[in-house]
Order: sequence, then C-alpha cells, then structure tokens
Amino acid sequence: MTPLNQVEGRAIPLGLKNVDTDVIIPAHWLKTTTREGMGRGAFESLRADPDNLFDRPEYKGAPILIAGDNFGCGSSREHAAWALGDLGIRVVIAPSYSDIFSGNAVKNGILPVVLPQAAIDRLMEVAATDPVFVDLAHQTVTTQYQDRFAFEIDPFRKMCLLEGLDEISLTEKSDAAISAYEKQLDADRPWMRPATV
Amino acid sequence: MTRPRTLYEKIWDAHVVEQRPDGTCLIFIDRHLVHEVTSPQAFAGLRASGRTVRRPDLTLAVPDHNVPTTARLDAAGGRLPIADPESAAQLAALEKNAPEYGIRYIDAVAPEQGIVHVVGPEQGFSLPGTTIVCGDSHTACHGGIGALAFGIGTSEVEHVLATQTLLLQPAKTMEVRVEGEVGPGVTAKDIILHITGTIGAAGGTGHVIEYTGSAIRALSVEGRLTVSNMAIEGGARAGLIAPDETTFAYLKGRPYAPKGADWDAAVAWWKSLATDPGAAYDKVVVIDAADIAPSVTWGTSPEDVVPITGVVPDPASFADPSKQVAAAKSLAYMGLEPGTRMQDVRIENIFIGSCTNSRIEDMRAAAAIVKGRKKADNVKWAIVVPGSGLVKAQAEAEGLHRIFTDAGLEWREPGCSACLAMNPDKVPAGERCASTSNRNFVGRQGPGSRTHLVSPAMAAAAAVTGKLTDVRELMA
Repeated sequence: MTPLNQVEGRAIPLGLKNVDTDVIIPAHWLKTTTREGMGRGAFESLRADPDNLFDRPEYKGAPILIAGDNFGCGSSREHAAWALGDLGIRVVIAPSYSDIFSGNAVKNGILPVVLPQAAIDRLMEVAATDPVFVDLAHQTVTTQYQDRFAFEIDPFRKMCLLEGLDEISLTEKSDAAISAYEKQLDADRPWMRPATV
Repeated sequence: MTRPRTLYEKIWDAHVVEQRPDGTCLIFIDRHLVHEVTSPQAFAGLRASGRTVRRPDLTLAVPDHNVPTTARLDAAGGRLPIADPESAAQLAALEKNAPEYGIRYIDAVAPEQGIVHVVGPEQGFSLPGTTIVCGDSHTACHGGIGALAFGIGTSEVEHVLATQTLLLQPAKTMEVRVEGEVGPGVTAKDIILHITGTIGAAGGTGHVIEYTGSAIRALSVEGRLTVSNMAIEGGARAGLIAPDETTFAYLKGRPYAPKGADWDAAVAWWKSLATDPGAAYDKVVVIDAADIAPSVTWGTSPEDVVPITGVVPDPASFADPSKQVAAAKSLAYMGLEPGTRMQDVRIENIFIGSCTNSRIEDMRAAAAIVKGRKKADNVKWAIVVPGSGLVKAQAEAEGLHRIFTDAGLEWREPGCSACLAMNPDKVPAGERCASTSNRNFVGRQGPGSRTHLVSPAMAAAAAVTGKLTDVRELMA
C-alpha cells in the first residue's frame, strides 16, 4: 500500500448526501477477478451526464473528493475504494462515512477525512476555483485563503496510512496469541467447531 | 460484581484475542462465508504472498451473486453453460479456489446451494454467539439468530482467510425496541422498513443495533433474519436479536449445528448471552408496533419510507437542506410527483427474493396473496426466486410453485438475482419494480431501474393489481 501524508490539488465538489456504493461502482463492474481498471466504471450513472463534474478538465485526476453525509453507504464492495483509487483520488472529505467503506478506504491508502457540514460547505466553495491541502500527520485541511480545519482520526488508521502498512503482516506477529485463543476455545466451547456432517 | 453487559459486549469480549495499546482489538472469527464476487482478489493475494488459509474448517463457500436463476441442468442432467463470460469466470474462480485451499464448497448445482445468508443459518453453520463475516454487507442478516455478523471488504476477506481474525475497534451500542403487536398485513419487512425510515440511512453508523421488544420476540427466525439483514440499511454494520427458544428450535438438528451433549452445552452458553438487566446502550430508539403500516419506499435511499396509505413527499417538506436536494434528485430519477398516492403508482416488474425475503415463510406469504388470482396485464415480468435449493424443495412440496405459475409468475432457481442484477435478471431502464430486496439505490436492479422496496405479501399484491397496493385490501 502506498503511504499517504500530504495531498494537495483540486477537490471534486460532489457534495451529495448518501452517495452509495452502487453509485460509486455499479454491480456489473464487479464481475472481475482483479483489482485494476475500476475507474472506468466509477460514478457511471453520474457520468452519463455530459456536464458531470468528474469529466470536467479542471477535475480530471483530482486527488480529493468532497461529499455529503454517509458517503459509501450500502454494499461492502471494496471495488468502491479501488474505483476511487483508480480515478486518482487519495482523500475523501465528508461529514460521515459508512463504517465498511471507511475501513476499505484506509486499506487502500485512501484517507477518509471527517469534517462538519459547515467546513464542507466552505471547502465546496473553494474547490470550485482553487486547490485544497490535506496534511495527515498534522490532521488538517487548509486552503490558500487562511482556512484551517482540524480533523480527528483513529490512531491505528493514521499509522497504517502514514506507513503504508500491510495489516496481515502485522497480525501475523500475533500468531502465538491466535494459537493460544484457538486452544482455549477448543477447551471451553468445543461445540463451536462445525459439527461433522 | 461484574458490570452489566449487552449482548454485543458479551460476544465481543468472548472473541478478543489481543488488545493493542491504541484500543484496536484482534477479534477471532468463528465463521467465514465466501461467495464468488468479493473473494477472487483475496485468493490472488494469498497466492501472491505464499499464504495459506488458516482455518478452512471454519470457512464455507457457495456461489450466489452471478448464478443464473434459469435451469442449470439440461434434461440429461448435464450442466448448462453460463452465457456471460465474466460471470462464468468468477464462478470458475471460486470452484477452483475452494478445493485448492481445502474449503468446504457448495456447488452451484448442489441441492443446498443458495444465497449465502440463507444457506448459513439453514445449514446450522451460522450459530448464536459466533462472529460471522462475509464479503457482503448483508452478512448483518445472521444477527437474526444472535450472531455478531458483519460485511467486510476484500482486503479483510484475505485477512480472515490468512489469520482467522480481524483488527477492529469496538462499536457503540444501539437498542431499537419495538413494543406491542403489529396489525394485520404488517410483516418483519415492514418493521425494518419503518425502523430505517425512522432512524435514517446513517442512524446506526458506528453502532451495532440490538432489536428488542415484544414485536421482535414474536417474530419467527425467518422474520428476525429479515430485520437484522437490513441493519446495514440503517448504517449499522451489524444487527443482533438475542437467541431464545425460537432460535434454538430453528437450529436444532441442522447439519452443522452441535449434536447431543454438545447441543446442551451450546444452548446453556447461548442463554447466558442475553443483555443483562441494567446494561446501558449508547443510544435507544423506541417504536410502537401499532404505528407500523405495510410500508413502501418512494426514493433512492432505504430511509425513503412511507406507509402504503401515504403519498410521495414534497422535497421542500424536509428540514435538512441536503435532504431536500437528495429527495428532488430521487423523485426525478423515480419519475414521481410530490403528492401522488403511493397506491396509484403502476408497476411493471415484480421481484420476490433476495437474502432479505426468500425464505419459506416469505414464499408462503406471497403465495397466500397470489392464490386464485392472476398477474395483472401491465406487469411484464414477475419472478419468484427462492433463497436456496432447500427452500425451493420445501415450497414445491407445499405446492407453492403451482400457485405462482398458475397466476403467471415465474418460479426460478435460487440466487441473488434481481436484487443487484449481476446475473441476467434485470429491471429495464425507466421501469418500476416492486421488490422484496433491500436496496432502492440508483441503478441497483439494472441501469435506470426504479425500485420500490416492499414485503413479499405487498409484492404479491402489486403483481395481481399492477400497482402498489395495500395488501390488507386483498386479505381474506
């Protein structure tokens, strides 16, 4: 996973509330066995409009996306994060996210920044003409107009993003603890293993 | 004396392998369900890193999303090819990956095949008090039998395959208490639609919802699975309903459920999981069951719920400005005008199925309405898709399939089908579908499709009248 710290560039001012994973990447794009190329299907229903934000020259390849409440609600499909990544998006800024989406985003080196609606409204305004700056280490979103918004992030997620950490390698360090748990489980609740059919 | 704990806290505590200093916990996963759409990249990851599956014995794979719901075998019993090459490739990948990693696999033509969230409880693979994950957000479904079950992304699928654990932060707890008795024609689906409309699509974000109260206790296991299934539509990654005698009676004797003395030990432990008196939830919502009507969605978010006796709302009637914008966009997409009576909305397609509503009770409820009636002429496409081969066999033993086909509805093979239109079952652009599935998102049932979420009885009512209908008018 590519580490992430500072991101600066244009921010797509989408602003919509309840952007679901079917909007981010429709199900027919899920018929693949690889992670690549999802950007082609990203926001397909919105991009059917020739004047859509995503395909305007000023927002092509923009690294930041600004959205409304409950971004990424719906399905658990990680394809939504892959699609954003393939579009070049490294940061999403919204008032809230679905739990599954924000986890998937972090695992793919995408930072889900949570800011209140008032900050979102201001950033939407700036994004219409100017770039936005995101600093994960200092947990701030700033603009060239003295705007400075601080955000909170779970320390474990922050570390994973800053270091580009592979969670499986991290968990493998706990192998002995997992084995001990399994042994204790077999002793305490042996019936938890699926019965033999 | 120990602090009183909720059902969620008890299950969580029993699964902590290790706690990191930052509060993140390594949680043991008891059951991993795998289907063909969200697993190929996880198996590819294992292969690339030379890892194996730590506990194939705790893993069960079954294809469901892509499988066609038309006949899978020819007259001679040979397998029919899958027309779509991409679907065929995904199904072939699972068929290859499962045996390669020693995972139990239910084949697309096996009698037990079905939607993974129907198969898990039906096989007794899903059990109360277990942690269950699957690369599918409707894994919340298994909370209906008291399992802590939630959807995960493909990176987490790979993490569970490799380590049988997940790194998680504890969730907040939310109680949704539904007290009293529901009226005639009001089903588990109406209860969860009403709840979703009440708390909103993000009302449970960051929380695990425990559904309590006399109206929930009165539900069958099938009904409880329907309610918990849509916890995610209210933003909660998992739902829970405390296991009780109804749950135990449902699970006893199922193939993978404990047997003999093991069964008794299991029941004793399951009984100890109920939320302690005095345990506190972070958030509580109380709903009077008498307020719940047969319900229907009008927009493109599952929170867009009104009683069938209601009208399409005016976007200006919402207090939140962003909801006003969203509602206006929804109505444009749905082709609806504010003030239109829901019962005047004409329907061209009917879908009875999905992990929300495809169990035997759902089949019976739909058949009871359809019996002796005919599909309306303006309904072009009406399919009934049982949730598993076993549901299908049971329905056929009861003669339900004849009731559907006599009325002009199609009786299909099990799978996810038109819930998300990954297989050939799609709703055409611009057309409406009364659907027993869980999501009315833009394009969910096919590009341009317009979905109205309803119960199986309400879908059946729409099938015979050709418009959204108050099922109570058709009940004897």
